Amino acid sequence: MGYFLDLFLSGLTRGSIYALIALGYTMVYGIIQLINFAHGEIYMIGAFTALIVAGVLTIYGWNQMAIIFIASIVALLYSMGYGYTIEKIAYKPLRHAPRLSALISAIGMSLFLQNYVLLAQTSDFMLFPSLIPDFKFLTSFSHIARPSEFVIIISTAIVMVLLTFFIKFTKTGKAMRATAQDRQMAMLVGIDVNRVISITFIIGSATAALGGVLIASHIGQINFYMGFIAGIKAFVAAVLGGIGSMPGAVLGSLVLGWTESFFTGYVSSDYEDVFAFIFLVLILIFRPSGILGRSDTQKV
Amino acid sequence: MMDRRWRQIVLVVTVVLFVFWGMMGCSKKEETIKLGVAGAHSGDLASYGIPTVHAAELVVKAINEKGGINGRKVELLVEDDACKPELATNAATKLVSEGVNVVLGHICSGATKAALKIYLDSKIIVMSPSATNTDLTLSGEYPNFYRTIAYDDAQAQLQVKYATQTLGVKKAAVLHDKGDYGKGAAELAKKYFEQAGVNVALFEGVTPGAVDYSAIVQKVARAGVDLVIWGGYHPEASKIVTLMRKEGMATLFMGADGIKDETFIQMAAENSEGVYATGPKDTSTNPMYIEAKKAHQEAYGSDPGPFFFEGYSAAAALLNAIEKAGSTDYEALAKALHTEYVDTPVGKISFDKNGDATGIGFSVYKVEGGKYIQLQ
Repeated sequence: MGYFLDLFLSGLTRGSIYALIALGYTMVYGIIQLINFAHGEIYMIGAFTALIVAGVLTIYGWNQMAIIFIASIVALLYSMGYGYTIEKIAYKPLRHAPRLSALISAIGMSLFLQNYVLLAQTSDFMLFPSLIPDFKFLTSFSHIARPSEFVIIISTAIVMVLLTFFIKFTKTGKAMRATAQDRQMAMLVGIDVNRVISITFIIGSATAALGGVLIASHIGQINFYMGFIAGIKAFVAAVLGGIGSMPGAVLGSLVLGWTESFFTGYVSSDYEDVFAFIFLVLILIFRPSGILGRSDTQKV
Repeated sequence: MMDRRWRQIVLVVTVVLFVFWGMMGCSKKEETIKLGVAGAHSGDLASYGIPTVHAAELVVKAINEKGGINGRKVELLVEDDACKPELATNAATKLVSEGVNVVLGHICSGATKAALKIYLDSKIIVMSPSATNTDLTLSGEYPNFYRTIAYDDAQAQLQVKYATQTLGVKKAAVLHDKGDYGKGAAELAKKYFEQAGVNVALFEGVTPGAVDYSAIVQKVARAGVDLVIWGGYHPEASKIVTLMRKEGMATLFMGADGIKDETFIQMAAENSEGVYATGPKDTSTNPMYIEAKKAHQEAYGSDPGPFFFEGYSAAAALLNAIEKAGSTDYEALAKALHTEYVDTPVGKISFDKNGDATGIGFSVYKVEGGKYIQLQ
């Protein structure tokens, strides 16, 4: 039972990270039907920014709580800037072009950002300090999971709640839902669609960057390529849950995290990815629009 | 009529020339020792073969300046095989027909294997600085083959020997990164562990670059092993060892030359303490190593390339054996190689019954105080 719980929590941790990234995919898709392949790179840039800021602050001898707080905030803000800029440079000029053009532009952006970090920073793996402190109140649970795992799971849960609240109850959230339903109609009733799209990118980037900071602190190292695999997995999770649906993205991520974790734990890690993708195929055969996806016909 | 006379003249001249050349060849053979150097000197693997040619040139030059071996000068015959088995047999046939005495080469294992049969038929000793395929020596099929580099399995054998005899490991987990290098090393470690009677409780691959390795670490914890053997490179190794230590596991961790690198220690930081790794023996403080490196820098204006020191050592060992044996006779040479020790850049070496150099190869290292310390 203890082993089951260990795997359950490790799957939950992994799923939480996927969820933070998958939210960005699914929100952007919901609003402009674009798969933003550069999203994984935002996650990587968030981790790099936090590393740089944390490094500088450590030199100045700040205390750990201040470092983790400021490094995360700076990483979030910086990544938001990236998300905003990417949308303006790579996607906005192509808004009325065929969807494939924007997709190619997204892949190009992803490659550009990877190589930009590779050249501007380093191709090596970098040591990432364990920013998450060993909270006292969590040590009584340390036989179940490490504090960093709890922090990841709890942070993700908080982000979910805030985001749900934002979408459901604020004016901007309402505008986002309206834009997702019908962009032209939203424009007609006076919603500034460009602003809504920018906000979507900014929020998505912030959650991805948070994921990057948390996982880097948990695993202990980063490199320029870390966003690629995480991005692909999160994309799979978003599709699994039903792309365009926010609860779906979270559910899909958790299902994917648990699938991988339990398969590794009880069968073999050799075919962890194969199994995860077989699961994806099976779900898509029986529910083509994902677990929580709306099954209405797509407007093409 | 004229035509036929011309033909006769040409025929006579040709015959005379042939005889003359033949005699020249004969008389030359008496004087020089022919050291063949065969390997990849062109194509995309040329960078692995050229340093050995340089090494042979330097060794031969030094010996000839001292008056040669037992009064006979050494002559180099260089043949290119581009690392291809079919070209290697051509190169070997050509060297044999030119009356080569001993051969330094070939570079690639596949090419070496193809060429060895030809040398064996002519009873010619071959010594490679770089062919690491285990079967070349251990299969016993090529008694004329020697090498100055450790074979592929040597590292796994050393890991298992150290784990069982020094660390007293009874139960082990073998993890790898599913790559050619990592999985190959892991499979060898598993094979030798099982031969040594150690229970390999886990044998699994992980995906490089995955978001998290907690699940596999949990699995290792549940298996209750004494030691984790890692086949692969340092990024995943440092993640796994960090997670293990954060999980409070004291399980020993051992890797091969893929993690025997300073970056591993930087990445895993304090969690790298006590990690074992095997890697090539450090010979860079050997005076002959320093001398050979300096000679290369002076002659070619650059630092030596791959397998230069092994090539240098092989050339020195071959010529030393000829000197000690006093002839280039196959049996006498083989006896000299097995019994005589020779000082080379890779250490003081002789050759065991299989043809592998003794006293070279791998050592076990352990991270102590943020550094790899050579054990034994």
